[in-house]
Amino acid sequence: MEIIAGILVLLMIASAIAAASFQDLMNAVIASCIVSLLAALLFYLLQAPDVAMAEAAIGAALVTGIFVIAVKRTKRFEE
Amino acid sequence: MNFLSEYTYYIGAFSLIIIGLYIILVKKNLMKVIIGFSIFDTGIYLFLIAVGYLREGTAPVFSKPGLDAGKMVDPVPQALVLTAIVIGVAVLALAVILAIKIYAHYGTLNLRKIKEQRW
Amino acid sequence: MRKLISIILLGMVATGLFMSISQIPFGEPGERIGDHFINQGVNETGATNIVAAVVVSYRGFDTLGEVSVLFTAAMGLGAVIGLVRRKKTHTPIEPASLIVYTGCRFLFPVILLVGTYIVIHGHLTPGGGFQGGAVIASAFLLMYLGCRGKRIRENLSRGLESLGGLLFILLGVTGLVIGRDFLFSFLPEGEAGNLISAGIIPLIYMAVGLKVGSELTGIIDHLIEDTDELPE
Repeated sequence: MEIIAGILVLLMIASAIAAASFQDLMNAVIASCIVSLLAALLFYLLQAPDVAMAEAAIGAALVTGIFVIAVKRTKRFEE
Repeated sequence: MNFLSEYTYYIGAFSLIIIGLYIILVKKNLMKVIIGFSIFDTGIYLFLIAVGYLREGTAPVFSKPGLDAGKMVDPVPQALVLTAIVIGVAVLALAVILAIKIYAHYGTLNLRKIKEQRW
Repeated sequence: MRKLISIILLGMVATGLFMSISQIPFGEPGERIGDHFINQGVNETGATNIVAAVVVSYRGFDTLGEVSVLFTAAMGLGAVIGLVRRKKTHTPIEPASLIVYTGCRFLFPVILLVGTYIVIHGHLTPGGGFQGGAVIASAFLLMYLGCRGKRIRENLSRGLESLGGLLFILLGVTGLVIGRDFLFSFLPEGEAGNLISAGIIPLIYMAVGLKVGSELTGIIDHLIEDTDELPE
Protein backbone atom coordinates (compact mmCIF):
# COMPACT_ATOMS: atom_id res chain seq x y z
CA MET A 1 0.00 0.00 0.00
CA GLU A 2 2.83 2.39 0.83
CA ILE A 3 4.50 1.68 -2.52
CA ILE A 4 1.26 2.50 -4.37
CA ALA A 5 0.92 5.71 -2.38
CA GLY A 6 4.53 6.60 -3.14
CA ILE A 7 4.05 6.08 -6.87
CA LEU A 8 0.85 8.13 -6.86
CA VAL A 9 2.53 10.97 -4.96
CA LEU A 10 5.46 10.96 -7.39
CA LEU A 11 3.11 11.06 -10.39
CA MET A 12 1.16 13.86 -8.75
CA ILE A 13 4.26 15.98 -8.16
CA ALA A 14 5.40 15.32 -11.75
CA SER A 15 2.02 16.47 -13.08
CA ALA A 16 2.14 19.60 -10.92
CA ILE A 17 5.61 20.46 -12.25
CA ALA A 18 4.33 19.82 -15.78
CA ALA A 19 1.39 22.15 -15.15
CA ALA A 20 3.86 24.80 -14.03
CA SER A 21 6.17 24.45 -17.01
CA PHE A 22 3.86 23.97 -20.02
CA GLN A 23 3.66 26.97 -22.35
CA ASP A 24 0.42 25.71 -23.89
CA LEU A 25 -2.31 26.55 -21.38
CA MET A 26 -4.57 23.71 -22.52
CA ASN A 27 -1.84 21.20 -21.63
CA ALA A 28 -1.38 22.91 -18.26
CA VAL A 29 -5.11 22.60 -17.57
CA ILE A 30 -5.07 18.88 -18.36
CA ALA A 31 -2.01 18.42 -16.12
CA SER A 32 -3.78 20.14 -13.22
CA CYS A 33 -6.78 17.87 -13.88
CA ILE A 34 -4.44 14.86 -13.46
CA VAL A 35 -3.20 16.35 -10.17
CA SER A 36 -6.80 16.51 -8.91
CA LEU A 37 -7.56 12.97 -10.07
CA LEU A 38 -4.49 11.52 -8.32
CA ALA A 39 -5.34 13.54 -5.21
CA ALA A 40 -8.78 11.90 -5.25
CA LEU A 41 -7.11 8.47 -5.35
CA LEU A 42 -4.87 9.47 -2.42
CA PHE A 43 -7.93 10.61 -0.46
CA TYR A 44 -9.40 7.18 -1.05
CA LEU A 45 -6.22 5.54 0.24
CA LEU A 46 -6.38 7.82 3.30
CA GLN A 47 -9.85 6.40 4.10
CA ALA A 48 -11.76 9.53 3.13
CA PRO A 49 -14.30 8.30 0.54
CA ASP A 50 -16.55 11.35 0.96
CA VAL A 51 -13.76 13.74 0.07
CA ALA A 52 -12.54 11.48 -2.75
CA MET A 53 -16.00 11.59 -4.31
CA ALA A 54 -16.19 15.38 -4.11
CA GLU A 55 -12.65 15.85 -5.44
CA ALA A 56 -13.22 13.46 -8.36
CA ALA A 57 -16.49 15.13 -9.37
CA ILE A 58 -15.31 18.70 -8.90
CA GLY A 59 -11.55 18.70 -9.38
CA ALA A 60 -11.45 16.40 -12.35
CA ALA A 61 -14.70 17.34 -14.12
CA LEU A 62 -16.08 20.76 -13.24
CA VAL A 63 -12.84 22.70 -12.72
CA THR A 64 -11.39 21.29 -15.94
CA GLY A 65 -14.55 22.24 -17.83
CA ILE A 66 -14.44 25.78 -16.47
CA PHE A 67 -10.74 26.15 -17.34
CA VAL A 68 -11.21 24.75 -20.84
CA ILE A 69 -14.04 27.21 -21.55
CA ALA A 70 -11.89 30.06 -20.21
CA VAL A 71 -8.78 29.10 -22.19
CA LYS A 72 -10.88 28.78 -25.33
CA ARG A 73 -12.09 32.34 -24.84
CA THR A 74 -8.71 33.89 -24.07
CA LYS A 75 -5.22 33.22 -25.43
CA ARG A 76 -4.13 29.62 -25.66
CA PHE A 77 -0.39 30.21 -25.41
CA GLU A 78 1.50 31.86 -22.60
CA GLU A 79 3.63 34.77 -23.76
CA MET B 1 14.61 6.76 4.07
CA ASN B 2 12.40 6.03 7.04
CA PHE B 3 11.22 9.60 6.93
CA LEU B 4 10.27 9.21 3.26
CA SER B 5 8.11 6.13 3.77
CA GLU B 6 6.48 7.56 6.90
CA TYR B 7 5.68 10.96 5.50
CA THR B 8 4.70 10.13 1.91
CA TYR B 9 1.45 12.09 2.03
CA TYR B 10 2.99 15.04 3.83
CA ILE B 11 5.71 15.25 1.19
CA GLY B 12 3.08 15.24 -1.55
CA ALA B 13 1.07 17.98 0.15
CA PHE B 14 4.22 20.02 0.85
CA SER B 15 5.37 19.77 -2.77
CA LEU B 16 1.97 20.78 -4.13
CA ILE B 17 1.84 23.82 -1.83
CA ILE B 18 5.35 24.92 -2.85
CA ILE B 19 4.70 24.38 -6.59
CA GLY B 20 1.40 26.28 -6.34
CA LEU B 21 3.09 29.17 -4.53
CA TYR B 22 5.89 29.18 -7.12
CA ILE B 23 3.36 29.47 -9.96
CA ILE B 24 1.47 32.26 -8.19
CA LEU B 25 4.62 34.28 -7.47
CA VAL B 26 6.67 33.80 -10.61
CA LYS B 27 4.37 33.22 -13.59
CA LYS B 28 3.20 36.18 -15.63
CA ASN B 29 0.09 34.74 -17.25
CA LEU B 30 -3.13 35.33 -15.31
CA MET B 31 -4.70 32.01 -16.27
CA LYS B 32 -1.53 30.22 -15.13
CA VAL B 33 -1.82 31.99 -11.79
CA ILE B 34 -5.35 30.68 -11.37
CA ILE B 35 -4.14 27.15 -12.18
CA GLY B 36 -1.54 27.71 -9.45
CA PHE B 37 -4.29 28.58 -6.99
CA SER B 38 -6.06 25.34 -7.87
CA ILE B 39 -2.91 23.27 -7.23
CA PHE B 40 -2.25 25.15 -3.96
CA ASP B 41 -5.80 24.29 -2.86
CA THR B 42 -5.31 20.61 -3.61
CA GLY B 43 -2.13 20.56 -1.54
CA ILE B 44 -3.88 22.04 1.47
CA TYR B 45 -6.74 19.53 1.23
CA LEU B 46 -4.27 16.66 1.06
CA PHE B 47 -2.41 17.97 4.11
CA LEU B 48 -5.58 18.33 6.21
CA ILE B 49 -6.79 14.83 5.33
CA ALA B 50 -3.34 13.35 6.06
CA VAL B 51 -3.32 14.96 9.53
CA GLY B 52 -6.57 13.19 10.40
CA TYR B 53 -5.38 9.76 9.28
CA LEU B 54 -4.96 6.87 11.68
CA ARG B 55 -2.71 3.97 10.76
CA GLU B 56 -4.66 0.85 9.75
CA GLY B 57 -7.80 2.92 10.24
CA THR B 58 -11.13 2.54 8.52
CA ALA B 59 -13.38 5.18 7.00
CA PRO B 60 -15.77 6.82 9.51
CA VAL B 61 -18.81 4.98 8.15
CA PHE B 62 -20.60 2.25 10.10
CA SER B 63 -21.51 0.41 6.92
CA LYS B 64 -21.45 -3.06 8.49
CA PRO B 65 -21.71 -4.26 12.10
CA GLY B 66 -18.56 -5.10 13.99
CA LEU B 67 -16.49 -2.10 13.00
CA ASP B 68 -14.27 -0.82 15.78
CA ALA B 69 -14.95 2.81 16.61
CA GLY B 70 -11.46 3.21 18.07
CA LYS B 71 -9.82 2.45 14.72
CA MET B 72 -11.61 5.04 12.63
CA VAL B 73 -9.95 8.04 11.05
CA ASP B 74 -10.87 11.51 12.23
CA PRO B 75 -14.12 12.72 10.58
CA VAL B 76 -13.67 16.41 11.43
CA PRO B 77 -10.99 17.34 8.82
CA GLN B 78 -12.92 15.35 6.23
CA ALA B 79 -16.07 17.38 6.87
CA LEU B 80 -14.02 20.58 6.72
CA VAL B 81 -12.33 19.69 3.41
CA LEU B 82 -15.60 18.50 1.90
CA THR B 83 -17.22 21.92 2.15
CA ALA B 84 -13.96 23.70 1.28
CA ILE B 85 -13.74 21.88 -2.07
CA VAL B 86 -17.23 22.99 -3.09
CA ILE B 87 -16.57 26.59 -2.03
CA GLY B 88 -13.26 26.45 -3.89
CA VAL B 89 -14.83 25.71 -7.25
CA ALA B 90 -17.27 28.64 -6.96
CA VAL B 91 -14.48 31.06 -6.06
CA LEU B 92 -12.36 29.65 -8.89
CA ALA B 93 -15.19 30.26 -11.36
CA LEU B 94 -15.42 33.85 -10.14
CA ALA B 95 -11.66 34.29 -10.67
CA VAL B 96 -11.88 32.78 -14.15
CA ILE B 97 -14.71 35.04 -15.23
CA LEU B 98 -12.75 38.06 -13.96
CA ALA B 99 -9.77 36.89 -16.03
CA ILE B 100 -11.99 36.60 -19.11
CA LYS B 101 -13.27 40.13 -18.53
CA ILE B 102 -9.72 41.43 -18.07
CA TYR B 103 -8.76 39.83 -21.38
CA ALA B 104 -11.79 41.38 -23.09
CA HIS B 105 -10.84 44.80 -21.69
CA TYR B 106 -7.05 44.88 -22.05
CA GLY B 107 -6.56 42.36 -24.83
CA THR B 108 -3.84 40.53 -22.87
CA LEU B 109 -3.47 38.22 -19.90
CA ASN B 110 0.13 39.19 -19.21
CA LEU B 111 0.25 40.71 -15.73
CA ARG B 112 3.35 42.80 -16.59
CA LYS B 113 1.47 44.59 -19.33
CA ILE B 114 -1.66 45.41 -17.36
CA LYS B 115 -0.96 48.67 -15.62
CA GLU B 116 -3.22 48.18 -12.60
CA GLN B 117 -1.82 44.74 -11.87
CA ARG B 118 1.87 45.65 -11.96
CA TRP B 119 4.01 45.64 -8.84
CA MET C 1 14.78 41.28 -9.38
CA ARG C 2 11.15 40.38 -8.82
CA LYS C 3 11.93 36.74 -9.48
CA LEU C 4 14.79 36.81 -6.97
CA ILE C 5 12.57 38.27 -4.25
CA SER C 6 9.93 35.65 -5.05
CA ILE C 7 12.41 32.79 -4.81
CA ILE C 8 13.79 34.06 -1.48
CA LEU C 9 10.25 34.38 -0.11
CA LEU C 10 9.41 30.92 -1.38
CA GLY C 11 12.50 29.50 0.32
CA MET C 12 11.52 31.07 3.62
CA VAL C 13 7.98 29.72 3.37
CA ALA C 14 9.27 26.27 2.41
CA THR C 15 11.68 26.16 5.37
CA GLY C 16 9.01 27.17 7.86
CA LEU C 17 6.48 24.78 6.40
CA PHE C 18 8.94 21.89 6.36
CA MET C 19 9.99 22.48 9.97
CA SER C 20 6.40 22.52 11.17
CA ILE C 21 5.22 19.58 9.04
CA SER C 22 8.10 17.34 10.17
CA GLN C 23 6.95 17.78 13.79
CA ILE C 24 3.45 16.44 13.13
CA PRO C 25 3.22 12.68 13.65
CA PHE C 26 1.54 10.74 10.87
CA GLY C 27 -1.10 8.15 11.66
CA GLU C 28 -0.64 8.24 15.43
CA PRO C 29 -3.69 8.08 17.69
CA GLY C 30 -3.98 11.09 19.96
CA GLU C 31 -6.44 13.39 21.61
CA ARG C 32 -9.01 14.04 18.95
CA ILE C 33 -12.28 15.91 19.06
CA GLY C 34 -13.53 13.45 16.50
CA ASP C 35 -13.57 10.66 19.08
CA HIS C 36 -16.77 11.94 20.57
CA PHE C 37 -18.42 12.08 17.16
CA ILE C 38 -17.29 8.55 16.30
CA ASN C 39 -18.35 7.02 19.61
CA GLN C 40 -21.61 8.87 20.13
CA GLY C 41 -22.54 9.96 16.61
CA VAL C 42 -24.74 6.98 15.73
CA ASN C 43 -26.66 7.23 19.00
CA GLU C 44 -27.05 10.96 18.92
CA THR C 45 -27.95 11.53 15.27
CA GLY C 46 -28.89 8.11 13.86
CA ALA C 47 -26.67 8.53 10.80
CA THR C 48 -24.18 5.77 10.04
CA ASN C 49 -21.99 8.09 7.98
CA ILE C 50 -20.21 10.12 10.64
CA VAL C 51 -18.95 12.71 8.15
CA ALA C 52 -22.55 13.49 7.19
CA ALA C 53 -23.45 13.72 10.88
CA VAL C 54 -20.60 16.20 11.46
CA VAL C 55 -21.40 18.29 8.37
CA VAL C 56 -25.16 18.50 8.87
CA SER C 57 -25.79 17.97 12.55
CA TYR C 58 -22.81 18.98 14.68
CA ARG C 59 -21.64 21.70 12.32
CA GLY C 60 -24.97 22.49 10.67
CA PHE C 61 -24.84 26.22 11.20
CA ASP C 62 -21.36 26.33 9.71
CA THR C 63 -22.67 24.49 6.65
CA LEU C 64 -25.38 27.11 6.24
CA GLY C 65 -22.64 29.73 6.22
CA GLU C 66 -20.64 27.84 3.61
CA VAL C 67 -23.71 27.47 1.41
CA SER C 68 -24.24 31.21 1.59
CA VAL C 69 -20.58 31.76 0.60
CA LEU C 70 -21.33 29.64 -2.47
CA PHE C 71 -24.40 31.75 -3.16
CA THR C 72 -22.38 34.97 -2.83
CA ALA C 73 -19.73 33.73 -5.25
CA ALA C 74 -22.39 32.79 -7.81
CA MET C 75 -24.06 36.15 -7.36
CA GLY C 76 -20.77 37.98 -7.85
CA LEU C 77 -20.20 35.98 -11.02
CA GLY C 78 -23.61 36.98 -12.32
CA ALA C 79 -22.90 40.61 -11.46
CA VAL C 80 -19.54 40.60 -13.28
CA ILE C 81 -21.15 39.05 -16.35
CA GLY C 82 -23.96 41.59 -16.23
CA LEU C 83 -21.45 44.47 -16.29
CA VAL C 84 -20.52 44.02 -19.92
CA ARG C 85 -23.49 43.12 -22.08
CA ARG C 86 -22.67 42.59 -25.69
CA LYS C 87 -25.07 42.33 -28.53
CA LYS C 88 -25.79 38.77 -29.47
CA THR C 89 -23.87 37.52 -32.45
CA HIS C 90 -25.51 34.50 -33.93
CA THR C 91 -22.49 32.56 -34.99
CA PRO C 92 -23.50 29.09 -36.15
CA ILE C 93 -22.41 26.51 -33.60
CA GLU C 94 -20.73 23.48 -35.04
CA PRO C 95 -22.66 20.42 -33.81
CA ALA C 96 -20.87 17.53 -32.16
CA SER C 97 -20.47 14.30 -34.07
CA LEU C 98 -23.21 11.68 -33.99
CA ILE C 99 -21.28 9.32 -31.71
CA VAL C 100 -20.55 12.02 -29.11
CA TYR C 101 -24.14 13.28 -29.30
CA THR C 102 -25.67 9.82 -28.83
CA GLY C 103 -23.23 8.94 -26.06
CA CYS C 104 -23.97 12.12 -24.15
CA ARG C 105 -27.72 11.63 -24.46
CA PHE C 106 -27.33 8.06 -23.26
CA LEU C 107 -25.08 8.98 -20.31
CA PHE C 108 -26.94 12.06 -19.12
CA PRO C 109 -29.88 10.33 -17.32
CA VAL C 110 -27.54 7.71 -15.84
CA ILE C 111 -25.25 10.35 -14.30
CA LEU C 112 -28.28 12.25 -13.06
CA LEU C 113 -29.59 9.07 -11.41
CA VAL C 114 -26.23 8.39 -9.74
CA GLY C 115 -26.13 11.96 -8.44
CA THR C 116 -29.61 11.65 -6.97
CA TYR C 117 -28.69 8.33 -5.36
CA ILE C 118 -25.59 9.88 -3.79
CA VAL C 119 -27.67 12.75 -2.38
CA ILE C 120 -30.43 10.56 -0.96
CA HIS C 121 -28.14 7.97 0.63
CA GLY C 122 -25.83 10.57 2.15
CA HIS C 123 -26.52 9.58 5.74
CA LEU C 124 -25.89 5.86 5.16
CA THR C 125 -22.96 5.54 2.76
CA PRO C 126 -20.20 7.94 1.67
CA GLY C 127 -21.81 10.77 -0.22
CA GLY C 128 -24.29 13.51 0.43
CA GLY C 129 -25.54 16.80 -0.81
CA PHE C 130 -22.23 18.36 -1.76
CA GLN C 131 -20.90 15.39 -3.73
CA GLY C 132 -24.24 14.54 -5.31
CA GLY C 133 -24.81 18.15 -6.31
CA ALA C 134 -21.39 18.22 -7.97
CA VAL C 135 -22.16 14.99 -9.86
CA ILE C 136 -25.48 16.44 -11.07
CA ALA C 137 -23.74 19.61 -12.22
CA SER C 138 -21.12 17.54 -14.08
CA ALA C 139 -23.98 15.78 -15.92
CA PHE C 140 -25.18 19.19 -17.13
CA LEU C 141 -21.61 20.10 -18.12
CA LEU C 142 -21.50 16.96 -20.26
CA MET C 143 -24.79 17.98 -21.86
CA TYR C 144 -23.41 21.42 -22.66
CA LEU C 145 -20.28 19.95 -24.24
CA GLY C 146 -21.91 17.12 -26.14
CA CYS C 147 -25.23 18.57 -27.27
CA ARG C 148 -24.28 22.07 -28.38
CA GLY C 149 -26.96 24.73 -28.42
CA LYS C 150 -29.13 23.28 -25.66
CA ARG C 151 -29.77 25.51 -22.65
CA ILE C 152 -31.34 25.09 -19.26
CA ARG C 153 -34.07 27.52 -18.35
CA GLU C 154 -32.39 30.18 -16.26
CA ASN C 155 -35.48 30.96 -14.20
CA LEU C 156 -35.91 27.31 -13.32
CA SER C 157 -32.33 26.89 -12.09
CA ARG C 158 -32.52 30.12 -10.10
CA GLY C 159 -35.84 29.02 -8.60
CA LEU C 160 -34.52 25.60 -7.61
CA GLU C 161 -31.47 27.22 -6.02
CA SER C 162 -33.64 29.56 -3.97
CA LEU C 163 -35.88 26.65 -3.04
CA GLY C 164 -32.89 24.71 -1.71
CA GLY C 165 -31.69 27.61 0.42
CA LEU C 166 -35.19 28.32 1.67
CA LEU C 167 -35.74 24.68 2.59
CA PHE C 168 -32.51 24.65 4.64
CA ILE C 169 -33.50 27.77 6.60
CA LEU C 170 -37.11 26.61 7.04
CA LEU C 171 -35.93 23.30 8.51
CA GLY C 172 -33.64 25.18 10.86
CA VAL C 173 -36.37 27.57 11.98
CA THR C 174 -38.81 24.69 12.46
CA GLY C 175 -36.27 23.13 14.79
CA LEU C 176 -36.07 26.45 16.62
CA VAL C 177 -39.85 26.52 17.04
CA ILE C 178 -40.36 22.89 18.03
CA GLY C 179 -37.15 22.14 19.88
CA ARG C 180 -34.75 24.33 21.70
CA ASP C 181 -32.26 25.51 19.09
CA PHE C 182 -31.65 26.21 15.43
CA LEU C 183 -31.45 23.06 13.28
CA PHE C 184 -32.81 20.94 16.14
CA SER C 185 -33.55 17.43 14.84
CA PHE C 186 -37.30 17.31 15.38
CA LEU C 187 -37.95 14.07 13.47
CA PRO C 188 -37.47 10.67 15.14
CA GLU C 189 -34.02 9.16 14.67
CA GLY C 190 -35.34 5.76 13.67
CA GLU C 191 -33.19 2.67 13.31
CA ALA C 192 -29.66 3.38 12.16
CA GLY C 193 -29.04 1.94 8.71
CA ASN C 194 -32.54 2.38 7.30
CA LEU C 195 -33.16 4.79 4.46
CA ILE C 196 -35.71 6.75 6.45
CA SER C 197 -33.80 7.48 9.62
CA ALA C 198 -31.40 10.01 11.12
CA GLY C 199 -33.99 12.76 11.69
CA ILE C 200 -33.58 15.79 9.47
CA ILE C 201 -30.16 14.90 8.03
CA PRO C 202 -31.51 13.44 4.72
CA LEU C 203 -33.88 16.40 4.28
CA ILE C 204 -31.10 18.94 4.81
CA TYR C 205 -28.79 17.02 2.50
CA MET C 206 -31.50 17.06 -0.17
CA ALA C 207 -31.80 20.84 0.21
CA VAL C 208 -28.00 21.18 -0.01
CA GLY C 209 -27.88 18.89 -3.05
CA LEU C 210 -30.57 20.92 -4.80
CA LYS C 211 -28.75 24.12 -4.03
CA VAL C 212 -25.24 22.99 -4.95
CA GLY C 213 -26.43 21.27 -8.13
CA SER C 214 -28.41 24.21 -9.45
CA GLU C 215 -25.76 26.70 -8.32
CA LEU C 216 -22.89 24.98 -10.14
CA THR C 217 -25.08 24.38 -13.20
CA GLY C 218 -25.95 28.06 -13.19
CA ILE C 219 -22.24 28.98 -13.02
CA ILE C 220 -21.46 26.78 -16.03
CA ASP C 221 -24.47 28.17 -17.87
CA HIS C 222 -23.28 31.74 -17.21
CA LEU C 223 -19.78 30.93 -18.46
CA ILE C 224 -20.99 29.22 -21.64
CA GLU C 225 -23.59 31.88 -22.36
CA ASP C 226 -21.04 34.64 -21.91
CA THR C 227 -18.49 32.97 -24.13
CA ASP C 228 -21.02 32.49 -26.91
CA GLU C 229 -21.73 36.19 -26.93
CA LEU C 230 -18.15 37.41 -27.20
CA PRO C 231 -17.22 38.39 -30.76
CA GLU C 232 -14.29 36.55 -32.22
